[in-house]
Amino acid sequence: MATGANKKPAEVRLDRQDPEKIKARLLAKYPPKVARKRAKQIVVNKVSADGEVPVISSNVRTVPGLMGQRGCCYAGCKGVVLGPTRDIINITHGPIGCGYYSWLTRRNQTDPDSSADGHNYIPYCFSTDMQDQEIIFGGEKKLKQAIQEAYDNFKPKAIAVFSTCPVGLIGDDVHAVCREMKAKLGINVFGFSCEGYKGVSQSAGHHIANNGIFKHVVGLDDTVKEGNYRINLLGEYNIGGDAFEIERLFERCGITLVSSYSGNASIDAFANSHTADLNLIMCHRSINYVAEMMETKFGVPWIKVNFIGAAATAKSLRKIAQYFDEQELTDIVEQVIAEEMPAVEAACADVRPRTEGKRAMLFVGGSRAHHYQELFAELGMKTLSAGYEFGHRDDYEGRKVLPDIKVDADSRNIEEMEITPDPERFKPRISEAKKAELEAKGLQFSAYDGMMTEMPDGTMVIDDLSQYETDQLIKMFKPDIFCAGIKEKYTVQKHGIPLKQLHSYDYGGPYAGFKGAINFYKEIDRMVSSRAWQYMRAPWQEHPELSATYAWE
Amino acid sequence: MKSAMRTDYYTATQNACNLCAPLGAALVFKGIANTVPLLHGSQGCSTYIRRYMISHFKEPLDIACSNFGEETAIFGGGANLKIAIDNIRKQYCPDLIGIATTCLSETIGDDVPMFIKAYQNGCRDEDLPALVHVSTPSYQGTHMQGFHGAVRALVATLAETASVEGPLSVNLFPGMVSPSDLRQLKEMVAAFDLEAILVPDYSETLNGPLWTEYQPIPQGGTPVAALRRTGGAAASIECGLVLSGEKETAGTWLEDHCGVPLHRLGLPIGIGASDLFFASLAAISGQPIPGKYTAQRGRLLDALVDGHKHFNGVKAALFGEEDLVAGLAAFCGELGIIPVLCATGGGNGRFVQTVQSVVPERYHDQMQILEDSDFVTIEKTLEALAPDLLIGHSKGFTMSRRLQRPLIRVGFPVHDRVDGSRMLHLGYRGAQQLFDRIANTLIEEKQKKNHVGYTYY
Repeated sequence: MATGANKKPAEVRLDRQDPEKIKARLLAKYPPKVARKRAKQIVVNKVSADGEVPVISSNVRTVPGLMGQRGCCYAGCKGVVLGPTRDIINITHGPIGCGYYSWLTRRNQTDPDSSADGHNYIPYCFSTDMQDQEIIFGGEKKLKQAIQEAYDNFKPKAIAVFSTCPVGLIGDDVHAVCREMKAKLGINVFGFSCEGYKGVSQSAGHHIANNGIFKHVVGLDDTVKEGNYRINLLGEYNIGGDAFEIERLFERCGITLVSSYSGNASIDAFANSHTADLNLIMCHRSINYVAEMMETKFGVPWIKVNFIGAAATAKSLRKIAQYFDEQELTDIVEQVIAEEMPAVEAACADVRPRTEGKRAMLFVGGSRAHHYQELFAELGMKTLSAGYEFGHRDDYEGRKVLPDIKVDADSRNIEEMEITPDPERFKPRISEAKKAELEAKGLQFSAYDGMMTEMPDGTMVIDDLSQYETDQLIKMFKPDIFCAGIKEKYTVQKHGIPLKQLHSYDYGGPYAGFKGAINFYKEIDRMVSSRAWQYMRAPWQEHPELSATYAWE
Repeated sequence: MKSAMRTDYYTATQNACNLCAPLGAALVFKGIANTVPLLHGSQGCSTYIRRYMISHFKEPLDIACSNFGEETAIFGGGANLKIAIDNIRKQYCPDLIGIATTCLSETIGDDVPMFIKAYQNGCRDEDLPALVHVSTPSYQGTHMQGFHGAVRALVATLAETASVEGPLSVNLFPGMVSPSDLRQLKEMVAAFDLEAILVPDYSETLNGPLWTEYQPIPQGGTPVAALRRTGGAAASIECGLVLSGEKETAGTWLEDHCGVPLHRLGLPIGIGASDLFFASLAAISGQPIPGKYTAQRGRLLDALVDGHKHFNGVKAALFGEEDLVAGLAAFCGELGIIPVLCATGGGNGRFVQTVQSVVPERYHDQMQILEDSDFVTIEKTLEALAPDLLIGHSKGFTMSRRLQRPLIRVGFPVHDRVDGSRMLHLGYRGAQQLFDRIANTLIEEKQKKNHVGYTYY
């Protein structure tokens, strides 16, 4: 897949600077070995005529001592994928910290009233709070007690157990405990071996979570519920109410949402999700495994969608209509788009005089750094540089590179489940002939072209950005807005640059769909037009020229 | 006393009321000048802890990590620690690297002091930063053990006994208080012509201005050179009544090894505790208490008398770190508020007795004191106690909403208000602010519940 990677395109300039020189400056202070490793993760983009992009090293271990953005396997499994489901009691098996830090810190919203039983355990933090004696003598007994107590107090439908670092080291058999308690209590109890040291980032935890849900939940309920155009929405975590906005659009279009993974989700919907006719993937990184397994076992195909950005939302709705290929749906989708767009266009026209030409950088997640470029483009803003925190090469370069990805020791330790078609329930939702016909019309199945193919030449793609590199980028470019998370927010703002949190949305949102786009336009306008920065220096402080200054001054 | 010890509703922890040890240690290292905290273990710990503290302080707060992988967990983390230290030195040129362990490196039994020694031996000709290690497995104690452990480790690693020229200095170990509190403490000590060596001092690093110049590590904090001088100070003051029962602290280390006299006091919250704090400063310096503070105290007392009418029979529930709760309980006693519940997630066995000793005896039979507790237990207990208000950190919000009682936010973490790093608890001014907030909250509640709509109280 690789073109002659990183060959400097002669005239390409990034914001009037030479991106290759910028790259050299980012690497200058590192010891040679670190610089060599990072050089493969910092790539100047170039898309060839046939859509090929340079190779970027990603999903590799962060160098000790480089302060990165990444979390751990436990965070990806418990926090990201399973956390947003409201009616599973999630017990953290470990010392108190891990459970405490993941207690209501992500901004997943949920609507308990959309399940008949109204169960909602999101506000709770259950932990076995391991102490010395458990580390020495084992924590299985305490885990059993914790499961029993959770059951006695809440009578939940399901309990999930998440292992933290010490659990794997002392050898607690979490899965055996879960099996025993499942038999005893008569509810679904299942465990995840998502110890923090596994893999290189939260991405390992996503994979383990996907495997666990598929193994223990998906397919438990075969009831085919009523409704037309039955889909699952995968990799949408309802940050800031995004899922509510997307659900609103589905409802308007008459599209039936069987299950979401896992924003505003319920375990009952997971159990039933294999009855849907199409899987839509939002965040490719965190959830593609379930989609792949569901296709192999049950015959449900998947397509990539993106509801971040008004144009992208319209495009995604049209893709769904294209798949089901019925005039009624196509008409209603077109009608909804036609009705929703005027407000979006008006909002965009209002702010664009102030946002046009402004420059953004995005370093976040496994899909958001890609998706949000849509919204910035709608605002007439340029993305100078972007990168993922825990993406893999396929998220950067597209799934076509999957066969070329080398499996290293860190990835080999994450189970790849052997899935075969279900003897009774495998049912291809679409014939090969029909699939070929739709593909000929441009609908891609099981495809994701990645972020880099859509970024202009000369932009900088940086994987696993460190705090030090963040500071250098800020100094060299002084972008108008920087998008990352809470860990980066206050450092970037100290430099006089607004930071938009794209993990938690700064507790705002929604930003998905049409209404979300309007919210985002207004928010970005407010941030890039802020007058606060002009007061950074008091009038009596030295004139900038006279003191040590930032590079851009 | 109805119940002196923990009420056992549950054996596992639901909605904990304490955090883990490495967090406390990392916070302490943020209070040393030009220092990078480094967690030896999985990267998730440093990310979680960074994120958690950043949301409270709303400031840059970098914590490095030795990024264990699966093979590190099997073969040990020595090599990773060396690489981490190398890279931190290259990027940040720090004066000190504070190394705290996590449950991962502790469980596999990494010998960090040996790794540090080997590193230092390997770089004999180089100008190395100070390397300070503290053992902080999160399955032992709470974030407060990590905090006090790191303070002790700093002193024990760096203090020198050599006699010190210049002004009299006093070592001040303030406990886990806010940047505003630290600023106030420094001002108080300076008023006695004493030099305060505050360990830690994150008053600038975690509550600083926007930058007009780039700072790789935010400015401020106690310099390493000052830490070396702690052995020659005129005295040490260690705040925290529960802490004062601890055998091995920074203060006791300096007393044992350098002969620095140790004053063990409560956190100066409220009138009595602040009086004792000033008395200690006066004794150490041989100077009278400056008139400015007598005036502050006078105004505080005047406000208490003016506002007494709002406090009749008021019951409060206090929760959080042991010493903060003990300090607040004493202050409640001074205000005539009955602290019907005093709860902490910590469990060192001294909390109950300490709280009893600071609250007037006539309240004792209306009080419950819970050690090693969690929010499910606290909330359950409060259903019967029906307090008028809750005083504690943000994690009490859920309970406050369910019980429909106002929450006055103090301590850490305060994630749902903007002033976590600016809240003042200590000294007469801190007491004044707490008093005003409590009184105003009580008036507001009264106002809300009244149908007439009085604006005149």
